[in-house]
Amino acid sequence: MKARVIVTLKNGVLDPQGKAIEGALGGLGFADVRSVRQGKVFDVELTGSDKDAARAELTKMCEKLLANTVIENYAIEID
Amino acid sequence: MKTAVIVFPGSNRDRDMFHALEHITGTRPLSVWHTESTLPDVDLVIVPGGFSYGDYLRSGAIAARSPILKDLVTKADSGVSVFGVCNGFQILTEAGLLPGALMRNAGLTYVCKEVRIETVNTATRFSSRFSKDQIWRCPVSHHDGNYFADADTLKRIEDNGQVVFRYADGTNPNGSINDIAGITNAKGNVLGMMPHPENLIEPLHGGLDGRILFESLLDKAA
Repeated sequence: MKARVIVTLKNGVLDPQGKAIEGALGGLGFADVRSVRQGKVFDVELTGSDKDAARAELTKMCEKLLANTVIENYAIEID
Repeated sequence: MKTAVIVFPGSNRDRDMFHALEHITGTRPLSVWHTESTLPDVDLVIVPGGFSYGDYLRSGAIAARSPILKDLVTKADSGVSVFGVCNGFQILTEAGLLPGALMRNAGLTYVCKEVRIETVNTATRFSSRFSKDQIWRCPVSHHDGNYFADADTLKRIEDNGQVVFRYADGTNPNGSINDIAGITNAKGNVLGMMPHPENLIEPLHGGLDGRILFESLLDKAA
């Protein structure tokens, strides 16, 4: 089973890297970019086939390691 | 005072810390590899600076899940002094021993320079030898030193006096909220700070300002 975990910065947390990317896009002439927030994507392959169990396990992985919940949110997608 | 330094793959300020501790305490610190399961019986455990695990995932994130951390949490709960510098501060926040998080510097660039620090709480075991509001010199060297905490946490640590050190005189090098350079846990026995006091402890370093912190800990151990 394949899963994707998307980790993003919480609203209100300053994202200087996103800001720099936003500035660079503007410099390339993309005038209609309002803002950019940067995040991380993890593609995780799992051995089981029970989607609910996988979601529970991935939630634990996010809470324990993949995301720092002080500053980041996470979303889990399972194929 | 008996001390131990935890070493991770990618630590690189551990030797500076060994030197500083031996120089100031007169006793050689014990070195503890991160895969060990128990820490020796000491008065102070140091989590040194560096780039543990190459800063993969987030600075300090992987090191904070090392086997030795379990015993570090136990020791911290029992009141042993724990001091994390730079990457060590990042590891202690990632491990949940200190509140908040260290993010990419607001200016996006690595900063390696001297800043000025104000000691705003002298009622901790790490700061008792400073005079109130004393401003001192200290080097910084980091890419992810931008301290952040949500509004509730920030209010709590400010009200509790957990903010011990602030960047002074407009020298905040990384955008840290409220100019925070170093904080303790609620109990006051765990300190994390981004600046490197171990690098300003003898005349050859160009100053002795960093010694005051270590000498405060000597008082506590005496």
